[in-house]
Amino acid sequence: MEKNNKIMQEHNLQSVSAQQSVLKIVVKAGTYLFLGIMALIVLFPFYWMIISSLKSLEEYRENIPTLWPRVIIWSNYAEAFTEASLGQLFLNTAYVGIVSTLLSLVITVLSAFAFARLEFKGKNVLFAGLLATMMIPGELFTITNYATINQLGWMKTFTVLIVPFLVSVFYIYLLRQNFLQIPNELYLAAKVDGCGDLKYLWKVMVPLALPTLISITILKMMGAWNSYVWPRLVANDDAHRLITNGLRNAFTATTGDVNYPVQMAAVAIVSAPLFLVFIFLRKYIMKGVSRSGIKG
Amino acid sequence: MVDSKQQWKAWLYLSPAIILLLVFTVWPIINTVRLAFLEGYNALEATWGATYNVGIGNFTKVLGFREFKTCLVNTLLLTVLTVPISTILALLIAVALNSIKPLQKFLQTIFFLPYVTNSIAIGMVFAAMFNIIGLRPDGLNADSWGIINNVIMFFGGEPINWINANSGYWANIAVMTVYIVWNALPFKILILLGGLQSINKQYYDAAKVDGTPRRRVFTRITVPLLSPMLAYVFITGFIGGFKEYSSIVGIFGEKMGPVGDPYRLNTMVGYIYQVLPDTDYGVASAAALILFAIILLVTLINMQVSKKRVHY
Repeated sequence: MEKNNKIMQEHNLQSVSAQQSVLKIVVKAGTYLFLGIMALIVLFPFYWMIISSLKSLEEYRENIPTLWPRVIIWSNYAEAFTEASLGQLFLNTAYVGIVSTLLSLVITVLSAFAFARLEFKGKNVLFAGLLATMMIPGELFTITNYATINQLGWMKTFTVLIVPFLVSVFYIYLLRQNFLQIPNELYLAAKVDGCGDLKYLWKVMVPLALPTLISITILKMMGAWNSYVWPRLVANDDAHRLITNGLRNAFTATTGDVNYPVQMAAVAIVSAPLFLVFIFLRKYIMKGVSRSGIKG
Repeated sequence: MVDSKQQWKAWLYLSPAIILLLVFTVWPIINTVRLAFLEGYNALEATWGATYNVGIGNFTKVLGFREFKTCLVNTLLLTVLTVPISTILALLIAVALNSIKPLQKFLQTIFFLPYVTNSIAIGMVFAAMFNIIGLRPDGLNADSWGIINNVIMFFGGEPINWINANSGYWANIAVMTVYIVWNALPFKILILLGGLQSINKQYYDAAKVDGTPRRRVFTRITVPLLSPMLAYVFITGFIGGFKEYSSIVGIFGEKMGPVGDPYRLNTMVGYIYQVLPDTDYGVASAAALILFAIILLVTLINMQVSKKRVHY
């Protein structure tokens, strides 16, 4: 009797664990199914952008859309390039992006060094004050900056696209944290050896903080590439227009009977550099972003 | 330790940052508050020597504008819709990603992809997906219904006029919600997944030993331990939501609405930029301060709530 009971129990236990492993497989499959569907939804706009950019206008306008172009029309890209004068826009944006990134890096490195390594009166108060400005939305600055720019006569220049955004408190904060991790003994040893501040900064600090500096560079370049509101307000003329504005200006109509293949080709060209950055430098972006919460 | 040479050097190194911040950050804060309380301040008149009374006239004026109310309603609506949806969806995706081994890195990369995009450019792609080509006046026939409507019709539904002329307000809002959620997911997934991966495995092992059901593990271990990240994602989501602007420009263009009904979907930030070139700086400043006040209020409420709810 007792033996029988024991066998029964064992049998129950076995079926319970069998049930559990079935449940486990079902949950796993459900998880993958859910992630797969979400991934398809996330990717779909990119897929649609690329196949639309390669279709002929007739094919695009067909009642039942094709999921892959029957005839691939590469000339859409050439047409988009000239119609939106993307070449000029590209040069403008590259100029603004490179100059503002370089100047911004110099300012950020110097400030972060002062906060991390030097002792001066009011250091903590100043640093707290800088951090406090991060809480205020940028729109609050725009009105007065617009007036200031007007008075300085900077409207429709590259200066206006570069100078107001050179200082980022967040980047200073990020780099200061990184500099603080570098042992102070290195600095003191360098001083004993008669190494000047700037040389030390350039030879020791900058190489050690390189990952952070790369993150800052990428985010700053992406910022120039994606900036829309301020450039549109202050420098929306042919000679200074940046790429995002140019794209929006060249294709004002979004709905109705638009030449979508060409428009999508232009969108793909504008997105391409971002994808390249994503593929090769994703690690740095993710690292910078997860600490910031700021887009671009 | 504090020698005068170091003092002098520190200020020298900081000087470019400080000068730029004084001109483009500190002065604007002071000046915007000043302009907001100068009744009816206009930059053009001011250069001719006009003087203004101090008062709250700009605020009452802005709040009385019908356009401003539209902007306020649109902004609130989009924020209230998109922040919870995107947070819950991001949480589900992050938990699912965290529970798998093969393909995890690959899927994580895919989910981060929308972050590295230009919101104007991809907005144009979304517009193309929702757009109807050659819609007849009766609204029953069209040359091409657009891919989203094609999918709806494939499953037996009726096509909807999402963003074209004569489209409904709620259809517009639905499109904007989809786009904003799509755009907001990558950042939230990144943060939440980072949080999940830093939760100590021992909690889960203990739950396993006790035979705790899955749902209970989720509500009693995962969510509480993730609560600081959830609060962070929620607060930044609200702040971003109240500053919504360029995603609408991406889909509807600079007119901020479907053809025939411009500025229907205008937002608070859009309003500030719309009035700015008219040199009505007093009104614009008041609008900006109202925006700031709302953001501050919502952030404080969020922080207060999360203080009670956040586990540690």
